[in-house]
Amino acid sequence: MFKNIIDWIDARIPMTRVYNMHMAQYPAPKNMNFWYVFGFLATIVLVNQILTGVWLTMSYVPSADGAFASVEYIMRDVEYGWVIRYMHSTGASAFFVVVYLHMFRGMMYGSYQKPRELLWLFGMFIYLALMAEAFMGYLLPWGQMSYWGAQVIISLFGAIPFVGEDLALWIRGDYVVSGATLNRFFALHVIALPLVIVILVFLHIVALHEVGSNNPDGVDVKRKKGTVAEEDKTKFEFHEYYTSKKDILDDVVPFFPHMVLKDLMAFGVFIFLFCYVMFFNPDFYGKFIEHPNFETANPLKTPEHVFPVWYFTPFYAILKAVPHKLMGVIAMFGAIILLALLPWIDRGKVRSVRYRCGLHKLNLWIFAISFVVLGYFGGTPATPTSEILAPLFTILYFAFFAALWIYSKNENTKPLPDRITK
Amino acid sequence: MSNAPVDNSRRRFLTAATTVVGGAGAVAVAVPFIASWNPSARAKSAGAPVEVDITKLEPGQLIRVEWRGKPVWVVYRTPEMLEQLGQIEDKLLDPKSSEEKQQPSYAKNNFRSSRDEILVAVGICTHLGCSPTYFSEGYEEIVEGVNSGFFCPCHGSKFDLAGRVFSGVPAGLNLQIPPYYYIDDTTILIGEDEKGAA
Amino acid sequence: MKKLLYTFGLFVGLVSSTAFAAGGGALPYQADIDQTDKASLQRGAKLFMNYCLGCHQMQYQRYERTFNDLGIPLNVGLDNLIFTKDTKVGSHIKNAMPAKDAAKWFGAAPPDLTLEARLRGPDWIYSYLKSFYVDPSRPFGVNNTVFKDVGMPHVLQELQGIPHKEEHFEEQLIDGQLQRVSLGEKIVVDGSGELSVDEYDRAALDITNFMVYVGEPMILERESLGWKALLYCLIFFVLAVLLKKEFWKDVK
Repeated sequence: MFKNIIDWIDARIPMTRVYNMHMAQYPAPKNMNFWYVFGFLATIVLVNQILTGVWLTMSYVPSADGAFASVEYIMRDVEYGWVIRYMHSTGASAFFVVVYLHMFRGMMYGSYQKPRELLWLFGMFIYLALMAEAFMGYLLPWGQMSYWGAQVIISLFGAIPFVGEDLALWIRGDYVVSGATLNRFFALHVIALPLVIVILVFLHIVALHEVGSNNPDGVDVKRKKGTVAEEDKTKFEFHEYYTSKKDILDDVVPFFPHMVLKDLMAFGVFIFLFCYVMFFNPDFYGKFIEHPNFETANPLKTPEHVFPVWYFTPFYAILKAVPHKLMGVIAMFGAIILLALLPWIDRGKVRSVRYRCGLHKLNLWIFAISFVVLGYFGGTPATPTSEILAPLFTILYFAFFAALWIYSKNENTKPLPDRITK
Repeated sequence: MSNAPVDNSRRRFLTAATTVVGGAGAVAVAVPFIASWNPSARAKSAGAPVEVDITKLEPGQLIRVEWRGKPVWVVYRTPEMLEQLGQIEDKLLDPKSSEEKQQPSYAKNNFRSSRDEILVAVGICTHLGCSPTYFSEGYEEIVEGVNSGFFCPCHGSKFDLAGRVFSGVPAGLNLQIPPYYYIDDTTILIGEDEKGAA
Repeated sequence: MKKLLYTFGLFVGLVSSTAFAAGGGALPYQADIDQTDKASLQRGAKLFMNYCLGCHQMQYQRYERTFNDLGIPLNVGLDNLIFTKDTKVGSHIKNAMPAKDAAKWFGAAPPDLTLEARLRGPDWIYSYLKSFYVDPSRPFGVNNTVFKDVGMPHVLQELQGIPHKEEHFEEQLIDGQLQRVSLGEKIVVDGSGELSVDEYDRAALDITNFMVYVGEPMILERESLGWKALLYCLIFFVLAVLLKKEFWKDVK
């Protein structure tokens, strides 16, 4: 009976074939460590955001008069509305946590290098869309931080020569951030950008499965057809789409169930932390929901300190560290564009940090530290210390790319193992 | 792959256990999403019990009040009207109000009311939800030999002055009697009885 | 696995340490509140309705919810805690003051206090309530050490008495010489209030407690649900680990 139904469907759409190709018979390197779970977790968070988001729109009122009150209506009057709202607000931050770790994984193990450049680019487009999505979503509660955060960020566009002021005006649809801005951001946040993100995620996965997953050693687990002895080949059955093109080494496991179970373990840890934040510390010391946002937007009164949410603060710190407005904006966007250009900035042939030169290890560490420190400075009021350190770490951030470009050309790498290591 | 034999029973047990626990988690997560569709505190507040003052209600008169967005009729039935209610039972579908959920226990009697002369009923036809028209007189044209009653303009359902449906009309149930009680002699609270809210 | 936990720990640590570092200026008092203390919440509600609600609304919170959560029977609440006319028990906690007039009288409309505890924190509210002092230069004759040039009168004055700000000194032996050293400013009360100093502190704490409750009325439910959720996550994690090990046995 069950088989008949499956056969019926399979005769009409390639359900079993797609399932096998991308789940049960998709080869995943067996040495993938915990750094490889964040893609899975990001997918989970995306689903969470879409589901809770849909439910929030059922009670949210997208207007300058009604938005703030409707959020409190959800929190108080809607049965379990607070659960759904906290899932969404915690999910927003969790999204960036896992995405940043996911991106850093790619940098560590050279996952952006040939042939995964397009995979990396799709990832960067997802990241950009996600930033836009988060920025517009943060305006919707219509609190003080929503309002003034949006005001500041939109004003950045005013720094663009000649068209800047008109552009900022066009984005707002008013002389200040207003109900018109709220409504267009709402439309983009709930319909347009999620659609873009879902499509990009689909392309990201298509690109991944076409070239295959990288691994912590950065050595290929698939070799040219006919170069692998029979006893070195994998004993698992994989889809002929992969086996017909390449010989697959005995270094892989099927994505389902083996990799999925590893991901599921990580998922257990992840939801534990997620639940801790959501149920015991939903505003997370004023970082996930900033305290001034508990006051309704007031166009006549700026909060004492205006900071973007934590996930934007590294770039905000770069913006503030550059003394010239336009140059600051260029630096801020440059910081993101350089990340997207990594596949071409890194001229090395060895992927994983494990087998690259000591300088690269150091460089990567400095980059990570700079990112975190900039994030701290971007979210705190300026002090004499920060005024010296923020520009310094901004320079270190950019120096990462410059140095990488120089030393990767003739890098003194360690010998690569023939096969993946345990 | 090692040659160690696979312990299938353990594998099956763990798979089943994880599936069950995972499924239970999914159900638990679904609860807030489903529960959030229930009437909110705002809806409940707007649907709170309504007080009706019947001091000025005259014999034969009907007044409408809104409770939970629905019209509720309060009708002062004259002795003649009450008398006729006892004589038309053969024309009715359910003269004894046997359908339990159509009225609270204190309205399960000949007049379908806790005080004989005052009818309190939800003025929504049990067929497809229109609000029937009240005829304090001249109902003979609609049902022969009956002086007063309710007539639904949508599909022609007919009810008597106790909200009981006549036979042979689209509606299959008597009109709903809401929970209510007399706070004092001239004040009715609709939406709540002595046992508590509806 | 250890590495995974370690990285997560490191990350959470980093974020939370930056979060703590971002805290504002020091407050004179800390509010030791207890959300499970229904008696305190009820006293707080009563004080709020009597002294604060005249000007400050809690327009997103309903009386009914409040009474239910605080264990106040609805008819008792309706008779003793609702002072505006024609207000149903399901209504929001509002006052009768027109916002326009209020803005005229006070210079700015008195803010809504539903979310004040989430905006400023319980310590701030508690300190604020205890930090009024007489300052004839201000329009209402009082100022506040926590909220400089505050635009409202000290409505709890009949309870606290008239507070004065005094700077305290102490003679200390420094470098072999007696010197007057400032111990900082303190609020001193003249004793004309209905409450003793301890009772007033108690009242201020009760109001704070109540405002924290109104800021997040689901706070207790949230935490009790949270423990269940964490327990579930733990069970799920253990099962996932066992299952993963079982399936990975044959991979080496």
